[in-house]
Amino acid sequence: MPHDHHDHDHDHDHHHHGLSPSGHPYRQDDDAPLTYWQRMEIAVRELLIEKGVTTAAEVAAQIDLMDSRSPANGAAVVARAWTDPAFKERLLQNAGDASREMGFDIGPLHLIAVENTAETHNLIVCTLCSCYPRNLLGLPPDWYKTRAYRSRAVREPRAVLAEFGVELPDSTTIRVHDSTADMRYIVLPARPAGTEDLREAELAAWVTRDSMIGTGLPRAPQNATQGG
Amino acid sequence: MAERVRVRALMPPGHVRAPAYLRGKTGIIERALGEFGNPEQLAYGLPAERKPLYRVRFTMAELWGDRAERPEDTLDAEIYAHWLEEVPDHAP
Repeated sequence: MPHDHHDHDHDHDHHHHGLSPSGHPYRQDDDAPLTYWQRMEIAVRELLIEKGVTTAAEVAAQIDLMDSRSPANGAAVVARAWTDPAFKERLLQNAGDASREMGFDIGPLHLIAVENTAETHNLIVCTLCSCYPRNLLGLPPDWYKTRAYRSRAVREPRAVLAEFGVELPDSTTIRVHDSTADMRYIVLPARPAGTEDLREAELAAWVTRDSMIGTGLPRAPQNATQGG
Repeated sequence: MAERVRVRALMPPGHVRAPAYLRGKTGIIERALGEFGNPEQLAYGLPAERKPLYRVRFTMAELWGDRAERPEDTLDAEIYAHWLEEVPDHAP
């Protein structure tokens, strides 16, 4: 269903469910009562502000900071590793420190980079919840948090990868990493063939979010497309 | 810590980070990660003991038996030392 769809050949009795006449999806109004934890969050936040522990502006600034993190941060780290062997060595030794070296705020996170090679493909999952290297990749995609991905990635990673369009030769060993405790993981994808002449900034455009989770591979940047 | 370890096959109530699908399974220590506050206490706001944490590598054959997609593929997970027991190398 195209996002913007103006020519209608169906009559009014046949509107697609959940779509406006012009084909835009409706989002249901959030009319349900607050949940226990939503009330708790509001109560604690208001108390902290009332007592001068924090301010509304600080809360908003922190949300802003969280929203500003994007896979571009991780892509810059990967591109540096592809072009600077000494940096790559440091990244594989201690991914948190190597990322800090590039100016990224990693916080108290313990970050491990796992390297894809011709023989090995790495895949990241958190079966318990949704642990994700947010400081480098931003917020996790919705599918990363689903029960389907969390349960299937450890059980049938090859089937999951095939659904993501990643077909690996049988000779490639898959290593799944379940973030069960204090570590966070980022995949260092293999540098694609044919990119030998590209510079670091150009290479970063090849590094997709999914390639750093392991559910994708780097690919040539596509020109921005309209719509969708 | 032995090279080969088995995740304890316990099912205690409460907040536990050793995933159920790994309990009773044998793997090898991939690396030691240092000591971290025990999440079984942290989850309840209690003072937490520092516990050694390890990355343990399991084969898919060990986890899923005949139903493994490819037996040699692996799964690594972080397991606290108090959830691990040593397995002698000559044990089956």
